[in-house]
Amino acid sequence: MNKAIITVVGQDTVGIIARVCTYLSDHRVNVLDISQTIIDGFFNMMMIVDYAKADEEFGTIVDDLDALGEDIGVRIRCQREEIFTKMHRV
Amino acid sequence: MLNIMEVHETNQMIEQEKLDVRTITMGISLLDCAAGTVDETCANVYDKITRYAKDLVPTGEAIERDYGIPIVNKRITVTPISLVGASSCRSTKDFVKIAHAMDRAAKECGVDLIGGYSALVSKSMTPAEELLIRSLPQALSETDIVCSSVNVGSTKTGIDMNAVELLGHVIKDIAAATADNDSYGCVKFVAFCNVPDDNPFMAGGFHGVTEGDAVINVGVSGPGVVSRALDAAKGKDFEFLCETIKRTAFKITRVGQLVAQEASRRLGIPFGIIDLSLAPTPAVGDSVGEVLEKIGLEQVGAPGTTAALAMLNDQVKKGGIMASSYVGGLSGAFIPVSEDKNMIDAAGSGCLTIEKLEAMTCVCSVGLDMIAIPGDTTAATISGLIADEAAIGMVNQKTTAVRVIPVVGKGVGEQANFGGLMGYAPIMPVNKASCAAFVTRGGRIPAPIHSFKN
Repeated sequence: MNKAIITVVGQDTVGIIARVCTYLSDHRVNVLDISQTIIDGFFNMMMIVDYAKADEEFGTIVDDLDALGEDIGVRIRCQREEIFTKMHRV
Repeated sequence: MLNIMEVHETNQMIEQEKLDVRTITMGISLLDCAAGTVDETCANVYDKITRYAKDLVPTGEAIERDYGIPIVNKRITVTPISLVGASSCRSTKDFVKIAHAMDRAAKECGVDLIGGYSALVSKSMTPAEELLIRSLPQALSETDIVCSSVNVGSTKTGIDMNAVELLGHVIKDIAAATADNDSYGCVKFVAFCNVPDDNPFMAGGFHGVTEGDAVINVGVSGPGVVSRALDAAKGKDFEFLCETIKRTAFKITRVGQLVAQEASRRLGIPFGIIDLSLAPTPAVGDSVGEVLEKIGLEQVGAPGTTAALAMLNDQVKKGGIMASSYVGGLSGAFIPVSEDKNMIDAAGSGCLTIEKLEAMTCVCSVGLDMIAIPGDTTAATISGLIADEAAIGMVNQKTTAVRVIPVVGKGVGEQANFGGLMGYAPIMPVNKASCAAFVTRGGRIPAPIHSFKN
C-alpha cells in the first residue's frame, strides 16, 4: 500500500468531493478515509488514499489535483503520507 | 491514523510559517582528481562533479513535489581544493583555473552554490594553501557560485596568526575586486575556527577529508515555525517556553530526516548528517531575531540577548537530536545579520552592535556572519576580528567564524545590498583602535591548556 494525503482547503461549494473522487476513480486511486471540518472559517477536507495501483506517476497526480483545485477555486494538495507520520508520530 | 488537525498543522507550517528544507548538499571527494598538470586536474574535477551530481537537482525537485515541502537550495561541497591542487598548482592563476572548473561543473548540474575552494591551515600553511588563499580575490570575483572557507585555528592546534594576518589583506582585496557589486565577493568567503567536516550550509561548506567518496547532508530551517509556536508561550515560564521550542525543533528535524533519507535512497549515495541550525532568511516572519524578541526582548541586542540565544540554541538541539539518527555540521541558531529581518532592523537602529554579536557567538553556532562594515576598515582590524572569533572558538571548543564585508566606498549609515537570500545590511561601525602590532607579530597562538586531554 502506498498512502498519500489529499487536502482541500477553501470556500465550500457543491461538488468538491465528487470531482476529486471522480479524478481518483479515473486513475485507480483508492480512497481509504475521508474527514472534514471547518478551521478558521475555511472548509478543510482530508482524504487518505492508496495510490499503489494508480495508472499515473505520483508527481502527475499531484499536478493534476493542483490544477483541478484551481479550476474549482480551492487549494488541493496531495502529499505522500510520510511527511505527516514522521512529524507527528515518534 | 493521522487526524485532520495534524495534517493541517504540518501544511500550516509549510504555507504560513515558511517551513522548508534549507538545503540538500551533496559532498563529493575530489582527492582522486589530483593530477600532474592543472588542466588535467580541472578536467578530472569537472568530470567527477558532473558525474556524481547530475541528478541532484531533479531528485530534489521530485522530493519537493512528492511531499509538498520546499527544498530551497541544492548544493555541492568538495574536498578542500588546496589539497586537490597541491600537486599541480604552481601559481595563484593555476588555482583560479580550478575555481572556474568548479563553477562550470556546478552550473552544469544546476545547483545554486558549490563550496570547498578551501584551505585548512589551523597550524600553518603549506605553499599550496598560501597560494589558494592569495588566489581568492581573483577566484571569487571571476566565478559566480564558488564559495570558499579557510580554517585558521582549532582547540587542538591553536591559531595560525600568519594566516589570520594574511586573510585581513585578502578580504580587503576580495572586497576591492568586487567593488562594483557592494563587495559581494566577501559574501562567498568565511574564516573559521574548529570548522566541521560535514557542514551543508554555505559559504563555509566543504567535503572533509575524513568523509567517504560521496555523501548527502541536509540543512533544515524553520525560525518562522518556532516563532509562531512561541505565540502560545507568551507570559509563560521557562519550562513551558523550552518545551515549546523543543517540540517544534523535533517536528522540523523529522522533516529534514525524511528528506535526507529519501534523497540518499533515490541518489544511491549514503546519508551523512542533518544540520539542526535554525537558518533565517530576509523574509518577514523567517527570523531568528524575531524568535529572540518573542522570548521577551524589546529588540535583538538588548541585555538578555545572549542568555535568550543560549537557551534557544540548546532547546533546538535537544529537540532535534532525537529526531535524527545523525546530527552534525554546525547545528545551532544562525545569526547572519543581512539575512535576518529583525537583525537588520536592530543593527540599523544601533541596538545591535558588533561587540554584542561577538558575545552572542559564544553561545550559538557560527559567528560574526554577514556583517557589512565600512570599506575603509583596515586589514589589521579585520584580522583582529578574525583572531577574536577564533579565540572564542578555540577556548570554548566550538565552531566560530567570520564573514564580514568591508563594503568599498560605503560607510556607517549607508546600506549594502547583496540580493536574494543574502539580503541587505546597514554598515555597522567597527572599533577603530589599532591592533596592527598584535596581528603582525607572526607565528601562532598555542593551543589552550584544556586541549591536552590524552
